[in-house]
Amino acid sequence: MPKTMYEKIWEAHLVRPSQGDTAILYVDRHLVHEVTSPQAFAALRETGRSVVHPEKAFATMDHNVSTHTRDWSLVEKTSRVQMETLQKNCKQFGIKLYDFADAHQGIVHAIGPELGITQPGMTIVCGDSHTSTHGAFGALAFGIGTSEVEHVLATQTLQQDKARTMLIRIDGTLKPGVTSKDIILAIIGKIGTAGAAGHVMEYAGSAIRNLSMESRMTICNMSIEAGGRAGMIAPDDTTFEYLKGREYAPKGEMWERALAYWKTLPSDPGVKFAAVVELDANTLKPQVTWGTSPGQVVSVEDKVPDPESFTSPVDRTAARHALQYMDLKPGTPMAGIKVNKIFLGSCTNARIEDLRDAARIVKGRKVHQDVQAIVVPASEGVRRQAEEEGLDKIFKDAGFEWRFAGCSMCLGMNDDQLKPGERCASSSNRNFEGRQGPGGRTHLMSPIMVAAAAIEGKITDARKYL
Amino acid sequence: MNPFTKHTGIAAPLDRVNVDTDAIVPKQFLRKIERSGFGKHLFHEWRYLDYEGTRENPDFVLNKPAYRKATVLLTRDNFGCGSSREHAPWALADYGFRVIIAPAFADIFYNNCVKNGILLVALKSDEVESLFKQVTQKPGEQVSADLEKQTVTAPAGKPYHFDINPFAKTCLLKGLDHIGWTQQFADKIRDFEQKLTQEKPWLV
Repeated sequence: MPKTMYEKIWEAHLVRPSQGDTAILYVDRHLVHEVTSPQAFAALRETGRSVVHPEKAFATMDHNVSTHTRDWSLVEKTSRVQMETLQKNCKQFGIKLYDFADAHQGIVHAIGPELGITQPGMTIVCGDSHTSTHGAFGALAFGIGTSEVEHVLATQTLQQDKARTMLIRIDGTLKPGVTSKDIILAIIGKIGTAGAAGHVMEYAGSAIRNLSMESRMTICNMSIEAGGRAGMIAPDDTTFEYLKGREYAPKGEMWERALAYWKTLPSDPGVKFAAVVELDANTLKPQVTWGTSPGQVVSVEDKVPDPESFTSPVDRTAARHALQYMDLKPGTPMAGIKVNKIFLGSCTNARIEDLRDAARIVKGRKVHQDVQAIVVPASEGVRRQAEEEGLDKIFKDAGFEWRFAGCSMCLGMNDDQLKPGERCASSSNRNFEGRQGPGGRTHLMSPIMVAAAAIEGKITDARKYL
Repeated sequence: MNPFTKHTGIAAPLDRVNVDTDAIVPKQFLRKIERSGFGKHLFHEWRYLDYEGTRENPDFVLNKPAYRKATVLLTRDNFGCGSSREHAPWALADYGFRVIIAPAFADIFYNNCVKNGILLVALKSDEVESLFKQVTQKPGEQVSADLEKQTVTAPAGKPYHFDINPFAKTCLLKGLDHIGWTQQFADKIRDFEQKLTQEKPWLV
């Protein structure tokens, strides 16, 4: 019987099938960060349990690190306690930590792929919802809570129920200036923020095949914003070429064995998915969010919608709330909305390709006088590579601040935050109320749209700069 | 974990769709390394007028006299979406919520609540709508939840049946130690790992 990629990976990791209770699924790799792990380690100590496979866990600090400095003495006190707690826990339990000032420190979802920790066919979990990013390699990857972090540390397994499958088929060719960020925003707009609840999403079609690994990661990253348990893309030569030679990727004969297995992973022809969604890449335009949920999105050519235009009363109320919070009036053209902050960063869109694309637009131009613009590479590895390519100079010459790696203003848990009433063009993943700082207003868009907004001080169609 | 069998309490209506975990407990409170004390930060940005949380917003539902002692939360679709932070159920439980009723919940949040003794009840949209009417018209009315029978009883006395995953039900009823439960199958995990070493050695 034909199987989906999800079903193949599920079956390959099944330690014990459900017998009217729950299945137990083996976890290949566990990524750990400072915010969602301290209580898990503390509980292990309280119950006298240990970490069964410290070699399968990798830790870093990203959520509350400062992107201004790597000077430990300047770290804010409560953040420091959490960071020191991670250091202590990793030391005690023997877990590899990419520490505060490590050359490979970065957002956990950036360094996993960069170091080759993330591989096709794996199960990967992390106490962070954007773990779905790793699905871009044909891995089953999803976010878990702290109790589950503790469960994985203690048993290397998770209690899981099998999800339904959803095929997202995107055929056609993206027009210049339309990116993978626009694909995923359009999909969330189409199916809604709970549209994929209970489903593992598999993205397929000619438009997906033509994407780089970086672009595929952007799509899988935001699967959670559609409510998906996970997002996946079948591995292919693009995947294998990206992985080959990376630090933790298999080598020599082991590479050949792994490769042979990886090639068996894609969903079988003719397999049935529980749900199918289609999107035409040919007609897609750059997307921008207008509200406080990633599904509240339109194209940059559109206007802020009228709440009364929504058919469901729940959507109408949500739109009214959103417009009030965002201080926007129905009918306002999206292009032209003024912004004060520019954030090019996050696990969604701050990889090398994103920085290159944005730099191409910024080059030789200046950031608008009314905005503060920051570039926060997703990892120190990305930062180094960008500096080798001279991208930092392009950004700095234009008036951007060039920062160290971290989650930064995506979630405002560190010193990068929006002030009340500030409006931000952001390459991140969530436009929730207060997400980037209490009272802050977020418009999600692609890195090149962010770059164009930096220059004009307002939301604008980046295609004019191509 | 505290077991959950039955609960009766005042139901507060939070009339918002897509309530995300950032709204349930904002990031500035996630720097703690303990599980306790998050209740005072629950719904911080809606509940208080100032950043410090010293002035209550009188318009927010939980600050209205009739709902101040609510232990049942009635809300809308996709509650608990967004970040996987378990701080959200910690905050809800610490505040005193034992039952949350909505048309649907986000996946990760659902799992996190089961681990913290909070019963999530998914009802049909029209049933949720009817409950909203009842608790809004008569503020301070109580709603009962009986997990064994899988029913929620509204102020008007009509019981609504709800479905629940049988394992989640057992976990809640017994206050199960999840890790202990999995560890009964330690031999199966060992067998799996042996097979992994032979068949996919690059994963070991």
